[in-house]
Amino acid sequence: MVRNNSLATVLTHVLLIIGIGIMCLPIWLTFVGSTVTRAEIVHPPLPLWPGDQFLTNYREALFGGRQAPVLQMLWNSAIMAFGIAVGKIAISLLSAFAIVYFRFPGRQLVFWTIFMTLMLPVEVRIVPTYEIAVNLKLLNTYAGLILPLIASATATFLFRQFFMTVPSELAEAARIDGAGPMRFFKDILLPLSRTNIAALFVILFIYGWNQYLWPLLITTDQDMNTIVMGIKRMIPSADDYGNWPVTMATAILAILPPALVVIFMQRLFVKGLIESEK
Amino acid sequence: MRVRTSLPAAAIATLVSTLAVAPAQSAEIEFWHAMSNRLNELLDEQVAKFNASQDEHTVVATNKGNYSETLNAGIAAFRAGEQPAILQVFEVGTATMMNAAGAINPVYELMENTGADFDPSIYLEAVTGYYTTTDGEMLSLPYNSSTPVLYINNEALEEAGIDADLPTTWADVDAILTALKDAGHECPMTTAWQSWIHLENFSAYHNVPFATQANGFGGLDTELAFNGEAQIKHIDTMGAWAQDGKFSYSGRRNEGGSRFHSGECALFTESSAGYAGVKANAEFDFSIAALPYYDDVEGAPQNTIIGGASLWVMEGKSEDEYLAVAAFLNFLSTPDIQAQWHQDTGYLPITMEAYELTRREGFYDANPGTDIAIIQMTGKAPTDDSKGLRLGNFDQIRGIIDEELEAVWAGDKSAEEALGSAVERGNELLRRFERAAGN
Amino acid sequence: MAERVVFRSVWLPWLLVAPQLIITAVFFLWPATEAILQSTELPDPFGLSTQFVGWDNFDYLFGDRYYRASFLTTAIFSLSVTALSMSMALLLAVLADSVVRGSGVYRTLLIWPYAVAPAIAGVMWLFMFQPSIGLFPYWLKVLGYEWNHVLNPGEAMSLVVIASAWKQVSYNFLFFLAGMQAIPRSLLEAAAIDGASPWHRFRTIVLPLLSPTTFFLLVINVVYAFFETFGVIHTITAGGPGQSTMIMVYKVYADGFVGQDLGSSAAQSVVLMLIVGVLTVVQFRFIERRVHY
Repeated sequence: MVRNNSLATVLTHVLLIIGIGIMCLPIWLTFVGSTVTRAEIVHPPLPLWPGDQFLTNYREALFGGRQAPVLQMLWNSAIMAFGIAVGKIAISLLSAFAIVYFRFPGRQLVFWTIFMTLMLPVEVRIVPTYEIAVNLKLLNTYAGLILPLIASATATFLFRQFFMTVPSELAEAARIDGAGPMRFFKDILLPLSRTNIAALFVILFIYGWNQYLWPLLITTDQDMNTIVMGIKRMIPSADDYGNWPVTMATAILAILPPALVVIFMQRLFVKGLIESEK
Repeated sequence: MRVRTSLPAAAIATLVSTLAVAPAQSAEIEFWHAMSNRLNELLDEQVAKFNASQDEHTVVATNKGNYSETLNAGIAAFRAGEQPAILQVFEVGTATMMNAAGAINPVYELMENTGADFDPSIYLEAVTGYYTTTDGEMLSLPYNSSTPVLYINNEALEEAGIDADLPTTWADVDAILTALKDAGHECPMTTAWQSWIHLENFSAYHNVPFATQANGFGGLDTELAFNGEAQIKHIDTMGAWAQDGKFSYSGRRNEGGSRFHSGECALFTESSAGYAGVKANAEFDFSIAALPYYDDVEGAPQNTIIGGASLWVMEGKSEDEYLAVAAFLNFLSTPDIQAQWHQDTGYLPITMEAYELTRREGFYDANPGTDIAIIQMTGKAPTDDSKGLRLGNFDQIRGIIDEELEAVWAGDKSAEEALGSAVERGNELLRRFERAAGN
Repeated sequence: MAERVVFRSVWLPWLLVAPQLIITAVFFLWPATEAILQSTELPDPFGLSTQFVGWDNFDYLFGDRYYRASFLTTAIFSLSVTALSMSMALLLAVLADSVVRGSGVYRTLLIWPYAVAPAIAGVMWLFMFQPSIGLFPYWLKVLGYEWNHVLNPGEAMSLVVIASAWKQVSYNFLFFLAGMQAIPRSLLEAAAIDGASPWHRFRTIVLPLLSPTTFFLLVINVVYAFFETFGVIHTITAGGPGQSTMIMVYKVYADGFVGQDLGSSAAQSVVLMLIVGVLTVVQFRFIERRVHY
């Protein structure tokens, strides 16, 4: 960008830091809340600097709660998020490939059938979906947590977009060389899609990790619960007053894995996200 | 429904396969509940005690979220043939459960069919009455029941220079609130569960109908009636307090608790089950008083009604499983378990013996005020208007009442307007429930 | 599209789309059909008996002024969330684009709220604004303002809007930043040499060139506000006070799951499906156009 003087630069940095402060404040306060005692929270104001209860609260969150086996819940969330990301990417790659590179009777119908699901969230059709999942014996299974949530067309749509930007000559050349469609898919299309796959993986992993209502219904067994629903469960209900510090500690634990994924896969994520949706 | 037609078959198949594998006599049953945090731990202790006390049956307790979520999970599971044997349902879901004849196994029938020892007379009628038929047959077993009382921060009153006896009427309360306000107190009073305390219990306590047909006990064609003179007067008074800064609203549930615990609010109307929270968190001397009333209303004080939840036994389980359920429910009714639960939580005991035991142990002497709730509930024999409430769609109706009351506290509506509107909107929901259930 | 099709096979494409079609049919088409059927029925909660009532559920729904009000609430909510998160993101993107040093660090710090689940975002903001224990109500009180979002509809709406927008800023920021970095530097430099002020350059060059990104984000944000904010509403206000934050998706849940009125809930689902259909077509046509652009 065109720069006039150093004063403007300093001002820009200051504004950015203020912006970041605003964006990070909720997470910071949550962290502070997870390191103090219950009494410190009940008697406002909350201090702005972490207290000395870090170990106590996190130990309680990880190992203490009877109703919330946090380690198991983190593990379940990881499997669910991973399963959704991988499953969705796999079926989407295949169907997008079929739609872009083949002409077959019923193609338009297939196309519209898939894309009708583009935005309808599971909340809207949750009762019948639940009944179907139970009929299929999916209650308390990882398949039950995963399968219904990969019924969405977003990923297919993005791959279709991307495939359409791949020069036709590549496919033409492959055909002339006598390579079959699957060979072309494996040797040319997949490597080209690497960035997109990585970016989608991040997005879908986070999407899967952050699910709330569906896991609440489909898991009746405590050992199958996921972490996000576990937090909501810690917010006091009935005549109970709850334990904010431990709840906040669990919240931090629940944010950590997807946040690490975003931070460490940032480059691929950013690149893929922008390119795939452009 | 197309989906559902195949469900019974699937359920039977599962049942058969379970029965084939499981040795007779021993059964594992599921118990879904809504108790969170500390209450969940206490519940787990009870279950562990039961499981250790005998080797025939095993109870597996699972938290399914808050009350609404637990009920939903139970209903959704029933539709799919995967229901637990025992489901904890909050009191406002009572009508929904009662009218689901094919989905529930009433406790009195269960006890009869399994041949378990069952003596309905050991239970406190004031508590179980909410969950019995008009013929006195017990439909579900009360698990956690409480009734509203008034908590007072003694130190706040002292600081404001108030030297008064425990208030018994709302006029006494008004005097205290005015004095607190004049002394510069910022939150003289707040409340939890406004509809339950200031309309439902208020009506029972003043022996005026909340709804026609004996508050719904008499039939599905009940209509709301809580816009009577007494209720309007009370809500109007509280509305005026809200405008004067004598009453400060905290939220629909028990959000006011932390404001009372921290000393911000001086008076707090809340469930007797709030005792454990107050005791653990309040760093000041406090008293518990009976819920205040208006002494110019004839028949007041009658008795207050309960809130909380009861355990419903679901239909569609095997004989062995029902044996286990019966054993577990009887275990929960033993004096030791009941007395312990009552003392740990502030919930009411469900049997007379548990109450006596608690008194003998000297608990009430050591913890003054903890017997207020039970005295207030059992003081007079319940009338048609004070036995409890049995209204369909009541969770939503409470939501409507909450909305309308919030408009009063905010000064947007008069008490008469708000209650009239709540009655009208609530009646629509009652009619819809009647229509869905009455076929 | 036609010139792109180069492979021919009768069975292979079907095999390739089969997994997705099966999943879609079982977990989408079937339940959606059920929802449509249920919208004409009045079942009891346990599914023990059901009566066919035709259009009654819809009549009941549109006769309910609170349902009609939820359209307006949803519109206000969605537009506020969109406006707030996009303007905040645009501002941050402009700033981040103009620094040379440390832009990577800034970006990292700005994108990670994207990882926070809506339900958890709700818990965090509730924690900060809870009238009795929150830090902000405490500060506001010091300044002489009594914050009570459980009673004040305006404050409740502001809070859910802020919490929802906060989570979405990261996403918008990334797109705006990428959009700006794609603008040729020479264009801006030429304008600068001609003596155009930074604001003038932003208005006449950057903003117009960002318009495709802006429109794309507009649709995405509206969809986000419509559907994905369920967790935020659920944890912070549950639709109250009154029904002032009762957005349509939440009402489907509240009436169906809390109220056990499955007929009305199913009818609301059908209405939502229609709205989604329209939004999908809008988004689809737009993206389709951009591909050829």
